[in-house]
Amino acid sequence: VSVIARPASLEDALDALDALPNAQLLAGGTDFMVEVNFGHRRPPAVVALRRVPELHGYEIRADEVDLGAGVTWTIVERELAGELPALAAAARTVGSPQMRNAATIGGNLGTASPAGDGLPVLLAADASLVLASRHGERTVPMAEFVTGVKRTVLQPGEIITRVRVPRLSGPQEFLKVGTRNAMVISICCAALLVDRVGRTVRMGLGSVAPTPVRAPEAESFIAAEIDWKALSAPAQSVVRFGELVRDAVRPITDHRGTAAYRSRAVQVIATRALERSLV
Amino acid sequence: VSTPDPQGGVSDALHDPTTKDSRGGQDYPSSEGAQDFPLETYVLSVNGRELLVDDAWVGESLLYVLRERLGQPGSKNACEQGECGSCSVLMDGALVASCCVLAADAIGSAITTVEGLTGEGELSDVQRAFIEQGAVQCGFCIPGMIVALTDLLDRSPAASELEMREAISGNLCRCTGYGRIFAAFRQVQEERDRARA
Repeated sequence: VSVIARPASLEDALDALDALPNAQLLAGGTDFMVEVNFGHRRPPAVVALRRVPELHGYEIRADEVDLGAGVTWTIVERELAGELPALAAAARTVGSPQMRNAATIGGNLGTASPAGDGLPVLLAADASLVLASRHGERTVPMAEFVTGVKRTVLQPGEIITRVRVPRLSGPQEFLKVGTRNAMVISICCAALLVDRVGRTVRMGLGSVAPTPVRAPEAESFIAAEIDWKALSAPAQSVVRFGELVRDAVRPITDHRGTAAYRSRAVQVIATRALERSLV
Repeated sequence: VSTPDPQGGVSDALHDPTTKDSRGGQDYPSSEGAQDFPLETYVLSVNGRELLVDDAWVGESLLYVLRERLGQPGSKNACEQGECGSCSVLMDGALVASCCVLAADAIGSAITTVEGLTGEGELSDVQRAFIEQGAVQCGFCIPGMIVALTDLLDRSPAASELEMREAISGNLCRCTGYGRIFAAFRQVQEERDRARA
């Protein structure tokens, strides 16, 4: 048995996972190879997914964009800014051009790092993931997918195939705090999506908890404060929104920043994202 | 030389940088651990030539294979975590950090390294502009810079200053302060503009 499988169809990929149950799934490799390069991982087998056509491409539908798990951040950044503005803005902050050309949305989900830049956007958008296995397909809401630091509900034998992101009518913002504008792992990040039709505001936050989180109290508070015809809100309500977002997170202190800094920074970027979204 | 843990895990010795493979770069298991660290033989397409990679550990990066197995040391090895851009190559025309590409998964892709940008002994316009503008100091980052800027100039000939800066945002230079690298980029743009006119 070869220790690396390079399947060219989803069926072959699922068969390969069956034959190599300890295999590491490989997408762009930008997280995995760092662990291998530093000797932290010695995978007994690899199932490389980049040749699987079922994971390629995207389809823009009336109410959602159906993204292949193998779509790279470069494609999201260059081709989907109109349909998925916050996701495209997040894409532009992922690593460097070199990373974005290789790294995929499915890889970002599978790694499930607390600092994964795409995850807060997908959470705020109420995206859903299609997971395929030999037993068929199941669809999992983004809110249920990540269960802890680098932990997900993905089962052995399962592959993320598609990511379905609802299209919303309204402003979207993605803001990220790091030590420079490029090539940085976020200290915290925030995705704010406004749904003018459903009259909701969705706030997704990254790097401030073991998983990406929403800020439900802040969301419902501001939705009630907004004048939806004018898309405006009183200044003190915008300030209150930032405070409620701050209260919704549970950041830790690590080498990238302290818990206190993250709480303050996430309040600032959440407030700023809202200010930019309102008239 | 590092040795694999018989349990199939990673021995402490592998975490100790002093035990690094003498060739530099990744710590690679020795061939005695073949069953724990299985080997693969495959062919990569590099700079238009089909090159055999014989009995390589499956976890080897494209950077390692290019430098240590295929005699293409132009791509430089520094951070091994996709941060510095000194290992930049083109893979099917897309700029990637070869340290973050699994070599055994690069089968079937056309790989272009800095060595493959021109014929043997020739300089590309980008390389010549780097020399003429004095854009090279220690030189370590330069192959990556050249590959990244060649990619941008081919893809987006009229790229703005900001686009150029973003295009090399994943390439670190610690010597020059970037100013002369930017000047080299503008020189190539002007030369190519004149050539088209």
